[in-house]
Amino acid sequence: MKKEYVMGNSAIAIGALCSGVKMVAGYPGTPSTEIIETIFHVPHEGVHLEWSVNEKAAMEVCASASYAGFRSLVTMKQVGLNVASDPLLSLAYVGVKGGMVIVVADDPGPISSQTEQDTRRFAQFARIPVFDPASPEQAFEMVQDAFALSEKYHTPVILRPTTRVCHGYATIEFDESYAPKDAEGFIKDSSRWVIFPKLSARNHELIEKRNAVLAAEFSTYRFNTVWGSANHGHRAVFASGISFSYAREYLNEHQDVTLVQVGTAFPFPQDFAKKILEDCEEVLCLEELSPLVEEALLQTAGRYQLKVRIRGKLTGDVPHAGELSVNLCAKILDSFFGTEHRQEVPFVSDDVPPLPVRPPVLCSGCPHRGAFYAVKVAMRKKKAYYCGDIGCYTLGNAQPLDMVDTCLCMGAGITMSQGLCHVDSEAVSFAFIGDSTFFASGITGIVNAIYNEANIIVCILDNATTAMTGHQPHPGTGFNLMGRYVDKLSIEKVLEGLGVQKIVLADPANLKASVAAVKECAKLKGVKAIIFRSPCVSIVKSVDKCVITDKCKDCGICIKQLGCPAVITRKDRTVIDESLCVGCSLCAQICPYKAIEKVKHE
Amino acid sequence: MNRNILVCGVGGQGTVLCSRLIASAFMAEGEQVHSAETIGMAQRGGSVTSHIRVGAGAFSPLIPDGRGDLILAFEPAEAVRNLNYLKPDGIVIVNSQPVKPVTESLRKTGYDGTQMLSFLQEHYHKTYVVDSHEVCRQFGSLKFFNIIILGVACGLGVLGVGKDTVVAEIEKIVKEKFVEVNKKAFAAGFLLGEHYVTDR
Repeated sequence: MKKEYVMGNSAIAIGALCSGVKMVAGYPGTPSTEIIETIFHVPHEGVHLEWSVNEKAAMEVCASASYAGFRSLVTMKQVGLNVASDPLLSLAYVGVKGGMVIVVADDPGPISSQTEQDTRRFAQFARIPVFDPASPEQAFEMVQDAFALSEKYHTPVILRPTTRVCHGYATIEFDESYAPKDAEGFIKDSSRWVIFPKLSARNHELIEKRNAVLAAEFSTYRFNTVWGSANHGHRAVFASGISFSYAREYLNEHQDVTLVQVGTAFPFPQDFAKKILEDCEEVLCLEELSPLVEEALLQTAGRYQLKVRIRGKLTGDVPHAGELSVNLCAKILDSFFGTEHRQEVPFVSDDVPPLPVRPPVLCSGCPHRGAFYAVKVAMRKKKAYYCGDIGCYTLGNAQPLDMVDTCLCMGAGITMSQGLCHVDSEAVSFAFIGDSTFFASGITGIVNAIYNEANIIVCILDNATTAMTGHQPHPGTGFNLMGRYVDKLSIEKVLEGLGVQKIVLADPANLKASVAAVKECAKLKGVKAIIFRSPCVSIVKSVDKCVITDKCKDCGICIKQLGCPAVITRKDRTVIDESLCVGCSLCAQICPYKAIEKVKHE
Repeated sequence: MNRNILVCGVGGQGTVLCSRLIASAFMAEGEQVHSAETIGMAQRGGSVTSHIRVGAGAFSPLIPDGRGDLILAFEPAEAVRNLNYLKPDGIVIVNSQPVKPVTESLRKTGYDGTQMLSFLQEHYHKTYVVDSHEVCRQFGSLKFFNIIILGVACGLGVLGVGKDTVVAEIEKIVKEKFVEVNKKAFAAGFLLGEHYVTDR
């Protein structure tokens, strides 16, 4: 047995490998990314591993592998499941043969996501089981339980960790001699694998019957348990996910509290909950995101006409939005138990000096800055709309660039620019999209634009990687997770094939040429594309840097126009921080006094 | 043992290696450890924190407010930003050198860290200030500050793990060709901690 101190996501990855997983696919997204990255870095002989082009593709690749009897793992962040919901909802009806676990990482806060959606709701909606770990250790155990359950009941199963579980570290112990489980392969049976209304109606009935069986089985599941005192003053606390860990710290000082973990929010272990509710006058429910367990408790109390008051989000005791914490849970619990809240006031006095804010910004020398700035210069005094997308380049919204007017979801920039162009023909509508996002969900938007005669300029910010999530490869990079060098998918050829008439390549580090390219495209009707191509500064080592010469008049134009972190003021003089500068020379190109020179790093 | 240590700074300062060494040193001494790292959008140029929790009663990966024993701050404002985690009589070891926010040039706030240091010294009598520029000079790079500050904490006797344990972990975790210089950096920090006299 090997003992290792790992991140929650790595614990999930290793748990899946120990379960004999054969097929692993996903799309990068915080906080789920490190699951696949871990599998890539640890021994995984015989496993097919891929970054799929998007979450829907990942789900489908894994579904058929599980049809063939092999175990499969799909990973994504919560909004990724919106993309993969189409296959998921149908797959729930068809079912699987080999175990299939879908890890969907939720992000209460939200810390790095668009929404505070609750994947447990998705499980309930799709009528498939969901496991909700309270710690990295539990995530490691639960992923293995999930595989076994999936295979036993022929259904895909969701494991739903949240950010604090994904990015928390703990020690796990495992047998290193894992290997993919063998299977007999795909056995043709159209009555089973081809979804038709008849099959759906029949299976719908079976699924609901199975869920009742599952609910009973979950009533004795090892992570649906009672902690602390058996029954404290006819009150109990239910908690799900990380909230359970927060509440457990409360137990350290309040051993008389009855704390109940619900590790499987759906199908809800009703028998288990009923036994506790029967002895209670009042219960409190601690959970993040949505009041799912709380509603299940209300339902249980209603069904059995139990005289118990259920408190939680719906009664205003627990906040709907944002994360919970040890302190917040302690406050809520003190109020629930009517004990005086011993506020451990941290000694922070009122005269705390104003703290500098550190908002995320585009890196110094980031090629996106050049692309945004070129469009900005070319469109000066013209009416234009800038539809952004998901990735590092969302940061183009920050001052002084201020070049993102809309941002909704993956790939939406291309289609939203079309909506604006159809309602305002006087403005020039732009879409900005990164290379990975283009492959993930930009292509169909281009097809839509061409077919429906939109007049838009699509700026593809091709930095040769999936930068925001930590530089994952994608179809345009020529490398895949099987460790193979493959043909790079050419963005320009894709565009050409789709029928884009005007495709221009531009180097975002060359301002003059980039501005000319934008102006040229702005004159034309139809769908135009500018590929701003320059690699992410984090994946190439720069040999250049810029220096400011004595011609500098400290006019500050470079700073006010570009907002590059490397150009700073020191003792009222404009200087370039050599440790940050990568020599993109954008500042040199806009300096009215030609006071910035590009030199080689020593 | 129950111990909560927070390591904070600005993305790129090397806080992750520092926290990793602390966590593994405690484990080498047989303690149960949980920790958490900031990951995602905040990594570059943003505030970063690592929470290290030692002991069997720690279930939350983040340190609860007011329970931190020690803050290792790689930047003055980041120390102040994370004070909510610290016990009223907690210890702060802080780098005196500020990292100006990347937006400082656009919105001049005049931030230079001195206000933060005097606030810390005024309100936390166990504040130890370390000048990274001075202590890193002999190593030719600010990159070694993450090991030096660890040495200072150990030398002051406030880290909670033994010197030899940390050195052994450096040998295990750090890339081979950097082991010697990191050990020297740790020793330099340790010496500084041992002889630290508050200038207040």
